[in-house]
Amino acid sequence: MRVRLSAEILRNELVRKIEEISGEDLLKCYQCGKCAAGCPAAFAMDMLPSQVIRFAQLGLVEEVLDSETPWFCAACQTCYARCPKGVDLSRIMEAIREIVLQEKGDYIDLSTLSPDDLAEFPQQAFIAGFRKYTA
Amino acid sequence: MKISYFPGCTLNTTAKGFDNSLRASAQVLGVELAELPEWNCCGATFPLLADNVLDLAGPARVLIAAREAGERLAVACTTCYNVLRRTNLALSTHEDKREKLNFFIEAEYPGDLQVLDVLQVLRDEVGFDRIAQMVKRPLTGLKAAAYYGCMVLRPAAEVAYDDPENPRALDDLLVALGAETVDYPHKNECCGAYLAVKSPETTAGMTYTILSSAQKNGARLMVTNCPLCQFNLDKQQVEMGRRHAGYRPIPVFYFAQLLGVALGLETDDFGWEKHYIDPRTVLEAFAGG
Repeated sequence: MRVRLSAEILRNELVRKIEEISGEDLLKCYQCGKCAAGCPAAFAMDMLPSQVIRFAQLGLVEEVLDSETPWFCAACQTCYARCPKGVDLSRIMEAIREIVLQEKGDYIDLSTLSPDDLAEFPQQAFIAGFRKYTA
Repeated sequence: MKISYFPGCTLNTTAKGFDNSLRASAQVLGVELAELPEWNCCGATFPLLADNVLDLAGPARVLIAAREAGERLAVACTTCYNVLRRTNLALSTHEDKREKLNFFIEAEYPGDLQVLDVLQVLRDEVGFDRIAQMVKRPLTGLKAAAYYGCMVLRPAAEVAYDDPENPRALDDLLVALGAETVDYPHKNECCGAYLAVKSPETTAGMTYTILSSAQKNGARLMVTNCPLCQFNLDKQQVEMGRRHAGYRPIPVFYFAQLLGVALGLETDDFGWEKHYIDPRTVLEAFAGG
């Protein structure tokens, strides 16, 4: 993939917004890949967790906002536990979800949940899910 | 010993058996779990935004009520434990957040409550040695995989009371009850948590990794401390055989259920009927052998 870089692209408004909302410094990451190696949900993602940071570091935030990866993050913090630079990637994923939710509204439609699921699921799954997936 | 108790929403519904078995066992062990008279939802997930003050108001309200009742709070649901403990730490260490929250909910709470997981209370205050002495029906012959999930381990600096990469508390309790525990590399790996709401297929993949790893190492049952892990590990097995030929489901217990069994308690209200993979078959085999 051919990428054109410039100061404006690298530190564009969305990059700064991700950093402000998450409280994390994207440039701390040196791409060792431990987060991607340890992520138990990586098999379901369209972009590896380490790639999410890399794209954001390069200012390519639109790709990140279009990715399904942040929605597969269960905030288990295995990545944070293993990161040699102390980057809490789950906070960056939360910031990305937040930006998308603010722009586009709910990510899942609650009315599509089946009555069976509503009866069976533990409350904590719904409450946590709604907080992650709805605006 | 009397200690304030926060069960959490799920222990009032799908995990009622966890609540019942825990309360009954604690009573026999001399621990009075005094449920907070008025409590609200913890929020079910710790808010990860840098500016999360408003999201901390709910759990902060619980902490304040608990501090009025005493110095310590025992929490049963591990998600609630995680959220309440991290909120308490945010309050005690961030002056800015503490001032804003206290102003918002009209309180003067400094963050000086001790938030404990019930398993931690059993380990550190009752003692597994003492529990072992009180066992009436040892779980001899049961080969269990202790599964810890995420919430009592990560982030370690904020919530862990055990080695986050190689936790022992559940294993040690099960050994004290007479069971055998197996070593396997996925005891602290995420089950998928709330992903089940959005993508059950992903949960199916994640739980299969954990369950097959435990079984390869000889486990015939899983034992957990988290109502959402229990649900995911248990329910996903119903159809696991369709994706993975030859897969044989194993029951997923709460540790408190096995504690109650080992203490010789009446188990009728331990919620067995809410399980997808009936745990009673394992217990019956064990009773017969």
